[in-house]
Amino acid sequence: MSQKIKSIHSPKLSLNILTPEEVRQIHTATLDVIESVGVRFPSEKALDILEAHGAQVNRETMVARIPGHLVEEYLAKAPPAYTLAALDPALDLPLDGNHSYLGTDGCGVEIIDAFSGERRMTTKQDLSDVARVADYLEAIAFHWIPISAQDCPPASRSLHELEAVWRVSKKHLQTESIVSAREMRAGVAMAAALAGGSEALRQRPVLSIMQCTTSPLGQDGGSLEAGLVAAEAGLPVGFMTMASCGSTGPVTLAGNLVVGNAEVLAALVLMEMAAPGCPVYYAAAQTATDLRTGAYTGGGPEDYLFGAATNVLADFYNIPLSMGAFATGAKEPDWQAALDNSLSAFMAVSTLSDMLLGAGLLHGSRILSYEMLLMDAEIWSILESMFQGIVVNEETLALDAIREVGPMGNFLSHRHTRRNMRQRWLPTLLDRRPYNVWEEKRDGARQWAREKAQQILKEYHPEPLEDGLAQELRAIIASLEMETK
Amino acid sequence: MTSEIFQKLSESLVMGEPDATVELTRQALAAGIEPMTIIQEGLMPGMTIVGDKFSSGEYFLPDLIIAAEGMQRAMELLEPELHARQQAIESAGTVVIGTVKGDIHEIGKSLVATMLSANGFKVFDLGVDVPTTKFIEKVKETGANILGLSALLTTTMTVQRDVLEALKSAGLRDQVKVMVGGAPVTRKWAADIGADGYAEDAIGAVQVARQLMGKA
Repeated sequence: MSQKIKSIHSPKLSLNILTPEEVRQIHTATLDVIESVGVRFPSEKALDILEAHGAQVNRETMVARIPGHLVEEYLAKAPPAYTLAALDPALDLPLDGNHSYLGTDGCGVEIIDAFSGERRMTTKQDLSDVARVADYLEAIAFHWIPISAQDCPPASRSLHELEAVWRVSKKHLQTESIVSAREMRAGVAMAAALAGGSEALRQRPVLSIMQCTTSPLGQDGGSLEAGLVAAEAGLPVGFMTMASCGSTGPVTLAGNLVVGNAEVLAALVLMEMAAPGCPVYYAAAQTATDLRTGAYTGGGPEDYLFGAATNVLADFYNIPLSMGAFATGAKEPDWQAALDNSLSAFMAVSTLSDMLLGAGLLHGSRILSYEMLLMDAEIWSILESMFQGIVVNEETLALDAIREVGPMGNFLSHRHTRRNMRQRWLPTLLDRRPYNVWEEKRDGARQWAREKAQQILKEYHPEPLEDGLAQELRAIIASLEMETK
Repeated sequence: MTSEIFQKLSESLVMGEPDATVELTRQALAAGIEPMTIIQEGLMPGMTIVGDKFSSGEYFLPDLIIAAEGMQRAMELLEPELHARQQAIESAGTVVIGTVKGDIHEIGKSLVATMLSANGFKVFDLGVDVPTTKFIEKVKETGANILGLSALLTTTMTVQRDVLEALKSAGLRDQVKVMVGGAPVTRKWAADIGADGYAEDAIGAVQVARQLMGKA
């Protein structure tokens, strides 16, 4: 059904969160950190590349110190704009600096069953089901791997996860779950099979890759090597910092931005050294540690501020951003969830972050809830309406209508109303019924969201991936499984 | 003089000044105060105050961790003295802890180790990316009461099960209680793989460890 994507573009609203001078200060501090403290790259291959391009490498600690001018030189090679291709070109996502797109969250380990309400471990079938609902929703522009296919073998799980999404959806897929070069080579082969060969894949990357940094100031060896394989194949690669104030980053917000920035930039510089001009993106989901318990917070004012500030940094480097938003720490789709997901998404969109991650998961990205997914789609729809802002022109000033209606009249019957009324936002989940109607059933957003999810799961069956391609994907997975036996 | 130095030792822990704790411990030893008395009259009262302030919400984790560092550094001075007198501090239990093979996440595991130490457990922290055989060897070597296994990835949490299997094969499963933790780990997962304990955070981990030792 859904062959449309609801993006937010050309917004009329904007937010000033960091002045150009403050961005400059953060940038200077970041270069200082990368050059004088360094970043740990636990991969001989990565260290070889860094050293060959002028970084100072300590093989024992695996820390590379990259001179600031090299950081700037290699970042400048990253393309400022490119398109995330979809299997259906009508669903392509231009990352042109003028769009925000919403993706699902990842990578949950439990799911609340849409029918029984039972909370249980996630499977490959669940993943396909969630991807089908995400495919249906106009608000969802691209997929992350929302939940882990825990019934598949760990060594090939990430590939089963790709297959589970691709067999039901033609939207762009950004995976965060491939963390070894071996799996990445197979993932690239799968993507190339869908795109029509490796050159076609380079032109139309139907898959993009998200890797995590290891805060503070570190990388993961497998992720780096997987990233290098993807960069060489021309797949957009991003590195995500999740530096957390007070534990994996400084407790102060600016310092936390510096640490995260150093991790992300150092990794992207490595990609540009290995494959100059390869499409890369900045990715971030910084947060604050709850210092009473050490807990990951998943929401709160710090997260919201980071959501807006990070895109200002990414814009400074002229690189698209994939920003963790939504992703509430709440246990249920409740007051906390609505607050977190609305404010975090609002802030990230206010600076026009290119990609937003985070729809559909609860408890700090651990539990998938279909109810939350549908509610997040509604939050997105509210934002889409808000960011259009208030348009002022002859038609919207409505002077003629005002004159004709005059004092104490009403606008309900005026043609100006009829002509423009479809611009007004309408809810699917907000409750605007009379009190007595509510009182009869005492239902609301959660029930409606669940019913809608059930309906989509029962009735929406998008055109499946054609048999030949599906077989090809399965063959690639099977051959990797043979190798690793 | 003696009561004054005990007061100062306690305060140095409460104020989070490990260097002062170490210096005062040296002074106390030099003044000929028995190491066990230094612990019981100076250090333990300080740690109790820190623990109480943490429980009441006044103190945050960094307060606790910095106090624990002071305590640990003081103990490094005191332990040889205790040993020479053939004395020992009663331990709440011995714990071997580490992040499983293939996983390099450190902070959560270290926080649990610190909290256990601060609560009187003797902790052997094997670090990250720990081979299964190393866990087995260390449990054997130390006669540990508890083995703590951390995993932060859905792909490495299965290694927790492998370690449990290896404990069985080595005939050690009955001698040691196993606690598991990490972001993707759930109570159900812990039950499924036959672990003895699970907690979502470090404070919970201490409670579980105490329960496993029968000292809840």
